[in-house]
Amino acid sequence: MKAEQQYIDLFTQYEALLCRNSAEAMNAPRAKAFADFERLGFPTRKEEDYKYTEVGKYFAPDFGLNLNRLEFPVNPYEVFKCDVPNMSTSLYFVVNDTFDKHVHPSAQLPEGVLFGSLKEMARLYPDLIKSYYGKLADTSQDGLTAFNTMFAQDGVLMYVPSGVVMERPVQLVNILRADVDFMVNRRLLVIVEKDAQAKLLVCDHAMDNVNFLSTQVTEVFVGENAVFDLYELEETHNSTVRFNQLFVDQQAGSNVLLNGITLHNGTTRNTTRVTLSGERAEVNLCGMAIADKNEQVDNNTFIDHKVPGCTSNELFKYVLDDQATGAFAGKVLVRPGAQHTSSQQTNRNLCATREARMYTQPQLEIYADDVKCSHGATVGQLDENALFYMQQRGIPLKEARLLLMFAFVGEVIDCIRMEALKDRLHRLVEKRFRGELNKCQGCAICK
Amino acid sequence: MQLEPNKYVKELTREKYKYGFTTDIHTDIIDRGLDENVVRLISAKKNEPEWLLNFRLKAYRHWLTMDMPTWAHLTIPDIDYQAISYYADPTRKKEGPKSLDDVDPELLKTFNKLGIPLEEQLALSGMAVDAVMDSVSVKTTFKETLMEKGIIFCSISEAVREHPDLVKKYLGSVVGYRDNFFAALNSAVFSDGSFVYIPKGVRCPMELSTYFRINAAGTGQFERTLIVADDDSYVSYLEGCTAPMRDENQLHAAIVEIVVLDRAEVKYSTVQNWYPGDAEGKGGVYNFVTKRGICKGEGSKLSWTQVETGSAITWKYPSCILSGDNSTAEFYSVAVTNNYQQADTGTKMIHLGRNTRSTIVSKGISAGRSQNSYRGLVRVAERADGARNYSQCDSLLLGSECGAHTFPYMDIHNETAVVEHEATTSKISEDQLFYCNQRGISTEDAVGLIVNGYAKEVLNKLPMEFAVEAQKLLSVSLEGSVG
Repeated sequence: MKAEQQYIDLFTQYEALLCRNSAEAMNAPRAKAFADFERLGFPTRKEEDYKYTEVGKYFAPDFGLNLNRLEFPVNPYEVFKCDVPNMSTSLYFVVNDTFDKHVHPSAQLPEGVLFGSLKEMARLYPDLIKSYYGKLADTSQDGLTAFNTMFAQDGVLMYVPSGVVMERPVQLVNILRADVDFMVNRRLLVIVEKDAQAKLLVCDHAMDNVNFLSTQVTEVFVGENAVFDLYELEETHNSTVRFNQLFVDQQAGSNVLLNGITLHNGTTRNTTRVTLSGERAEVNLCGMAIADKNEQVDNNTFIDHKVPGCTSNELFKYVLDDQATGAFAGKVLVRPGAQHTSSQQTNRNLCATREARMYTQPQLEIYADDVKCSHGATVGQLDENALFYMQQRGIPLKEARLLLMFAFVGEVIDCIRMEALKDRLHRLVEKRFRGELNKCQGCAICK
Repeated sequence: MQLEPNKYVKELTREKYKYGFTTDIHTDIIDRGLDENVVRLISAKKNEPEWLLNFRLKAYRHWLTMDMPTWAHLTIPDIDYQAISYYADPTRKKEGPKSLDDVDPELLKTFNKLGIPLEEQLALSGMAVDAVMDSVSVKTTFKETLMEKGIIFCSISEAVREHPDLVKKYLGSVVGYRDNFFAALNSAVFSDGSFVYIPKGVRCPMELSTYFRINAAGTGQFERTLIVADDDSYVSYLEGCTAPMRDENQLHAAIVEIVVLDRAEVKYSTVQNWYPGDAEGKGGVYNFVTKRGICKGEGSKLSWTQVETGSAITWKYPSCILSGDNSTAEFYSVAVTNNYQQADTGTKMIHLGRNTRSTIVSKGISAGRSQNSYRGLVRVAERADGARNYSQCDSLLLGSECGAHTFPYMDIHNETAVVEHEATTSKISEDQLFYCNQRGISTEDAVGLIVNGYAKEVLNKLPMEFAVEAQKLLSVSLEGSVG
């Protein structure tokens, strides 16, 4: 319990301060989360879900925490010159875990839609937040969820009331900014009510060359027949550690697309838990990682088919170079009685060097008979014949390899339901493969 | 879908478990319970040399420090290891039987009921058999014929006496006593089993076969099989198991070790039909088995084929370590669970050598309220250049209260590896049934046809005699589950 102790001490000492700088709805589950964390500690590699990522060691160093909510003197609009043609989004910034007050003039939200600081919203609409906050992220199961719930003071709320269709996607840029090694505990709460439609694009960036550790818990509630797309793009640097946990609950007839793309990172662990609790709900879960050097990407997904007639599709692709490590664990649970379930899972991986490691672990647990479930996983290299064919036609080997790798991950990008973003990402991925994106420069979406 | 089981199905359902008889035969059973004295007693009863006793004691002491594994997708009731008798000898004779006349006639009747060709008159079936009842090897046939070729096929106790060097060299070399809980237990108390040695360049002219049977009540069976195939040799080995119907659960914890040297090939087939318990899930055998082979030599080949229909609980992962360059391993499995049976079975393919290839084909069929899991690992080590694996695991669900699960693991540490895994889960499609019905095939027959077709890829890998038995077993195991 070495790594845990300093946080237990910190919490006991500064609980009052933590609470004072947050909101009541966010303070409510803190005590329970603390008790759970004391009991659970950080997950260890002995736990099946954390087999491939040692959590405790990342928390062991001394990180700064902004418990006092001091404002960082930064104007993101100066740092990020966002001038993207064809990408008309409503743009917002979060610096570390603080929602930035400077609102871009282009940001337009339909009536009734709320988007802003979770802390502020919790003060304005306490009942709304109370009825959703912490309801999906169960602190008694996972030490990391408990940890985030203990320390999270702010974050972002997105609320789309029933029947509202948001034409324009919302873009949220998370900027990590600090002068010392720094820890950020952020919370995202998304509520898309009945028949509403929304798209959210979240980009993670690290501005400074210090060690960052960020934990983020996202809770997404999708109402009946609602449509919601969440794109997460990580483009940080090698000394960033990110623990993301995403919890999604879907009601009948809802349709959700989750797409997580890791382009540059240090160590990333994404946990995704989707519960299909209404009939005919559909979830499309995609992910892609391009990792080199010592980068590490671990995606752990769990889809719970609770009721009959739901559909889930999963597609994850990894390209690993140098000494990079990739891990994918995908579990699909079909509960008793969840007939007519259709579930598909695919995980394909390219290992480019001898030192690259890939661990893949697709799992199916099925308790109903009238279902169609399949999963497939492969690890391999580029097709020799295809490379030869291209060389024959005068394409240099290096270029041929790039083309094939590009096509390989292209499938994940093609899942995106935003044309402009798709084009951007194709270009961005190509740049990444050509080594032109060696460190975080702010992704092409923002630049 | 409403179905009426036809007459044939009804008959078979009534037949239930046909090997459920017990044999009234005098058996030398030691008292229940396990401590160091029991380990020493077993060793003494078998006149074992000191090195083997030490091996057992080391295993026993290590076992004491271990806990039952809980990671499998199984609900295992608490097992009282002190309530089991660790040694039962139905021959009660000091000397092993020399000819059929020496063997207890009751015992022969037992094996006749099982349809095991012990008698010379069944020589036509052309199979050399080593029969193990409870804990002791009863009779090995065709020993002389095999001896001419230099093949050693005998009980492991005999091998300890007569070929101590070979046994000493290979025993515990593939499955060490520290390997897992049940392997440690087996290493401490194993009573008998088969030993096979195929010398250099010899192709074993017949199928070697072992039948295992638990007869005495309150005993566990802990047998140990060791197969060594020397350079350029070939052997096909069959294993079959049955047990009487008893309300209490019986424990079976076996170890199979296989060593395959340069360019040798070993084919190991199992039809596992331990008593699965009754329709309410009462009784049945707990089958906790560690099976592992090592493809030690260059270009060696090991093939596991298993048909798992019996046992209340199955915990079994026949594995291959591919350490020789260009070696090949195969795993073909059909696992059927019905009523309250539970199975967690699969394989491990550990690629260490260069250009090693492995194939996994696993077919699970679950019916009733059973739970059937596939658990597999494909590991490609740093130096295993050019490793290739293809895995396929399909599950078929018959009935809405059963479960089918797959837990494949892939750990790839080499960039030249090509590893593929595919899994599907489905029930028998209405279209297929409708098509058969249209052509005048009744629904039950159609289900039988489809299930057999589904498992065919694996059944085809079995030797002829076994394939027929396995096909019958498949249909019997699934009786009453359709509709």
